[in-house]
Amino acid sequence: MEEKIAIIEALLFASEAPLTVEQIVLALSDTEKKEIVSLLEGLIREYDARGGGICLREVAGGFQFRTRTDLAPWLRKLKAGRPALLSPAALETLAVVAYRQPLVKAEIDRIRGVDASGALKGLLDKKIVRIVGRKDVPGKPIIYGTTRKFLEVFNLKDLSELPTLRELKDLQEQQE
Amino acid sequence: MSYEIKLDVFEGPLDLLLYLIRKNEIDIYNIPIALITEQYLSYLEMMRSLNLDLAGEYLVLASTLIHIKSKLLLPPAEGDGEEEEGEDPRAELVQQLLEYQAFKEAALNLDARPLLERDVFTRGAASEEEQTTAAEADDAPIEVDIFELVTAFRRIIAGLDRREELEIDMEKMSLTDRINEILERLSEEGQIAFSDLLGDRTDRKRIIYTFLAILELMKLRMVRAYQSGPFGAIRLFPAVEG
Repeated sequence: MEEKIAIIEALLFASEAPLTVEQIVLALSDTEKKEIVSLLEGLIREYDARGGGICLREVAGGFQFRTRTDLAPWLRKLKAGRPALLSPAALETLAVVAYRQPLVKAEIDRIRGVDASGALKGLLDKKIVRIVGRKDVPGKPIIYGTTRKFLEVFNLKDLSELPTLRELKDLQEQQE
Repeated sequence: MSYEIKLDVFEGPLDLLLYLIRKNEIDIYNIPIALITEQYLSYLEMMRSLNLDLAGEYLVLASTLIHIKSKLLLPPAEGDGEEEEGEDPRAELVQQLLEYQAFKEAALNLDARPLLERDVFTRGAASEEEQTTAAEADDAPIEVDIFELVTAFRRIIAGLDRREELEIDMEKMSLTDRINEILERLSEEGQIAFSDLLGDRTDRKRIIYTFLAILELMKLRMVRAYQSGPFGAIRLFPAVEG
């Protein structure tokens, strides 16, 4: 195995959070970003081909070793007692924040037709949603957005990987 | 009319409306408002008869539906050039429903993704983080708001011996006295638990006066109330040292 691949693999293994290409460049200073990306891609293929319990995935702007999805039932046995699942209300609220961010709570309330305070607080506590700032209108309402943890939890490379929201147009066509 | 449906499955009035539309196999662009309004209202009636907390939002949508229904009944206003010719009074609601439906779908799509700690796992980092936050939660007192104080108050009231209510207590008590007593004890002891303030004498009047005194002191920003966690003991601290 090429030494550089081994180094990257070790860095990934030792990292708790997704490791970015920029961080790898810090360690492998003599290597171009481009080369690192292609080495990472090679590593992803290597792990996939091996068919083992772990795979390398690109999440939240970095790379991270993760367990294979279909092995979840066994992993859950060991990690029982902490299924921090999101309620339907929280998921709906999160979907609105994710697609319409940055936005204020009034906008979430309007779209969902209910008060989102509770769901929003839960998402803030779980650090999936954060306060981005305050809108410069009377009352200075708080503006919300998603966090890096949101990308990590939902297995997304970045926000652009979110499946496109079915446009109202499409919905209209479907109805016709 | 009987509907067999678990009411808690609805995420709000729009969700209920979408459900009714699907159930009746209605074209969302041509909602028979009279029918839907009637079914919607009977749902609200049922929720009320089951003593469910009916969120205000449900009533808002009910009034919107009735408003649209009445608009549809009226002949189009003549000479009203401002408004667009033949605009459907339902248009705005339809738009809102479609938008909500899109996000509801997006929420399901999100949930269908391989989720961290549900479908995929990383090397133990997450649990470590949880341990530290749990440890932090034990040490750090959290500031309580009025609602938690009210809950604590209710709990004490609930623990009262009911017979005691019949006894007529002639003891005079004034709010100022209680406030002074609390401040005095605070300056002596530095901090007091809410329950310690009451001592063994847990008659209703004393609890109420103590509670009022604390509220007053909090309002005046002379004390701070902290709680170490949900249902934990509420502790009072002087807001200003010395």
